[in-house]
Amino acid sequence: MCLGIPGRITEIRDDAGLPVGVVDFGGVRREVCLAYVADEISVGDYAIVHVGFALSRVDEAEAHRTYEILREMGELEELEFLKEAADAAASVEAPSGDGGPS
Amino acid sequence: MAAFTEGGRSLASGAVCPAPRNDQERVQLGHGSGGKMSARLLEERFLPRFGNRHLSPLGDGAVVPVSGEEIVISTDSFVVSPLEFPGGNIGHLAVHGTVNDLAMMGADPTYLSAGFILEEGLSFEVLDRILDAMTEAADAAGVAVVTGDTKVVDRGKADGMFINTTGVGMLHAGFRPNPQGVCPGDAVVVSGPIGRHGMAIMAVREGFAFDAEIRSDSANLAPVVAALRRDLGGAVHCLRDATRGGLASALNEIASASGVGMELEDGRVPVPEPVAGACEMLGLDPLYVANEGVLVAMVAAEVAQKAVDILRNHPVAAEAAVIGTVVESHPGMVVLLTGVGGTRVVDTLPGDQLPRIC
Amino acid sequence: MKYLTEYRDPKLARTLVRRIQAVATRRWTLMEVCGGQTHTIVRQGINEVLSDVVEMIHGPGCPVCVTPLEQIDRALHLAGREDVIFTSFGDMLRVPGSECDLFQVRARGGDVRIVYSPLDAVELARRNPDREVVFFAVGFETTAPANAMAVWRARELGVDNFSVLVSHVTVPPAMTAILDAPDNRVQGFLAAGHVCTIMGWTEYEPLASRYRVPIVVTGFEPLDILEGIWMTVRQLEEGRHEVENQYVRSVRREGNTPAQELVEGVFQVVDRGWRGIGVIPSSGLGLRPEFAAQDAEKKFALDGIRAAEPAACLAGDVLRGRIKPFECPAFGRQCTPERPLGAPMVSTEGACAAYHNFGRFRQEAAAGGD
Repeated sequence: MCLGIPGRITEIRDDAGLPVGVVDFGGVRREVCLAYVADEISVGDYAIVHVGFALSRVDEAEAHRTYEILREMGELEELEFLKEAADAAASVEAPSGDGGPS
Repeated sequence: MAAFTEGGRSLASGAVCPAPRNDQERVQLGHGSGGKMSARLLEERFLPRFGNRHLSPLGDGAVVPVSGEEIVISTDSFVVSPLEFPGGNIGHLAVHGTVNDLAMMGADPTYLSAGFILEEGLSFEVLDRILDAMTEAADAAGVAVVTGDTKVVDRGKADGMFINTTGVGMLHAGFRPNPQGVCPGDAVVVSGPIGRHGMAIMAVREGFAFDAEIRSDSANLAPVVAALRRDLGGAVHCLRDATRGGLASALNEIASASGVGMELEDGRVPVPEPVAGACEMLGLDPLYVANEGVLVAMVAAEVAQKAVDILRNHPVAAEAAVIGTVVESHPGMVVLLTGVGGTRVVDTLPGDQLPRIC
Repeated sequence: MKYLTEYRDPKLARTLVRRIQAVATRRWTLMEVCGGQTHTIVRQGINEVLSDVVEMIHGPGCPVCVTPLEQIDRALHLAGREDVIFTSFGDMLRVPGSECDLFQVRARGGDVRIVYSPLDAVELARRNPDREVVFFAVGFETTAPANAMAVWRARELGVDNFSVLVSHVTVPPAMTAILDAPDNRVQGFLAAGHVCTIMGWTEYEPLASRYRVPIVVTGFEPLDILEGIWMTVRQLEEGRHEVENQYVRSVRREGNTPAQELVEGVFQVVDRGWRGIGVIPSSGLGLRPEFAAQDAEKKFALDGIRAAEPAACLAGDVLRGRIKPFECPAFGRQCTPERPLGAPMVSTEGACAAYHNFGRFRQEAAAGGD
């Protein structure tokens, strides 16, 4: 019930009253029924496709926004991690002792 | 509960699962998939009747002594439908498939036989194209088709045409790649991107069109094997071409024959974008999709980079890569380290991989 | 591939894992009710990586697994008829019926064909006017609009040799049944992102408030699942029980209205049996009477084909999340993907097959204790 993947609409036409289109999935193209997204889809948009039907238009703005949040979270984590590592290294390099890496 | 007393299995707790065991009394398509059903068919019906010490190793071919020399014999049958597809036709497969099997055993392919079963109604135009392809492929591979046979069957009995080719080749002294030579620490190398042949066929059947067309990767791998042999010799421990059942099946066959485990790294196995796209659409895993021009090699760790460099000098192996390591743990099992930091078992499938809706 | 592969980024995945571990002060028990999500979780080892803070219970989210034995037997009967071309989604072909499966019917001479889209089956009927084409219409709410369109289109084009064998199920009644069970341990749910793409999430709001469980509408890629789990755990830690949407790039609160309308026009709510679980009232979809001509059960008089499911069954316990696949004594021994005893071992989205194909190693490693 779940296998729906995003593809880019490259063509829209009418098949005896049924809106259909061609969707590109990373270089593979297939005909897809667009009846359920007809009012909101244009060539160049992305749609989620399940068993040959477009179920929704990918909201690219939302996708970018939330992905950006994730990415920033990732960068923040990276900075925190580097800081922790630096702090740990600094406390290991105590002034006394034989020095030199083990 | 009457429906379940015949055939229903009682578990330790006394409960009965809803489906009784299905005893299989007939051949099914899954028996030809190269997965577990195929293996069982061999074990249960063929090996007990044909078993002998040349056959038992179940390699890509058999090594047999002839007048003090050791030669390799291999046979393969080709039943693909459609006969012609982007990137080639059944004729290319028929030559490359057997030539590659000989090469995986370490042999130089020299002679082929070709048996044809033609369906009544097959057009001469198609037949000629296929025979031309075979001639071209054989010439390029330096092998001669020295004997053959032709039969014709009624309309509907042969999907156009079936071909069997049997090949012989000569071994080189000291070069005997085989599963017994695989050791923990070996690098697992793949010669190229996976999934092209299986998805090219499926695309014709399903009616996909392509921007970047998915073409079958059918190719002669003997030259790259020869290059590996010349430069690395015995450091090449094992070779196998990844055909039906995909990369996963080839690796599992080696792992279980050699009793080692393997660890692959997610993201290192090359998959072309259109193949990935088609697989995503149908819910298929590229690891199980058929290839016709890809080999896996287990080589000593210290020559891993060299092996990749040698392979990359050849157009058919331009995207060769190290994809994992042979390990001591979980013998016989191939495991993938996932991007998230988890692990998953890459097992052989029971039969053919099925497109899914979930 | 855009809007797909970036949601598999390993670095961001590990960030989310750390976030979940940081926000959890105790171990929580969550359930996903979607085969595709089960597939991703087990395939990526997400439950392994989060095991100290989250226990994922795999709910009955695989429509292939829950299709009642009776419907399978009816399918097998139809597929065996000489005048019928029986079409189906691929994953239904290995599901065992009372005596065999569709692959075996095919081996005996039945014309069984896999289609990618239900419209392909209608086209097949158009091109083969002298044969009857039956399509096995299974699935959750995600697939209902496609199946509805096939029925509608066949009628519109006058393709009268096309019919469907329906076995649709819907998610909210199953979740209710799980929450109502006295031994329920589920504290939060990931709702299926594509089911909600069609239906929206209004049906889940009363569930969240009545049972006081957070429900997060979640996608299918590793980052989606991890973000969905994080949002659910965060709610649990904060004592909230709301419906939230992680899968914002595809799901809106109202869902897909034209799809809902056609489904409503073609289907009606019926009681449905769930294999291994039993009948859940009003949990299924069946064809409306005005589509009797496209209804294979009416066209072919299948009423006589009945199958009894046993009252107690471990496959049902797995489907309800009561036991993990590897806790079933048959798992990996008498019951494997190659020789399945029950449906959850057949479909690769079934919890048992997912565990056997992907997760077995961890259980064995844990048992072996290196």
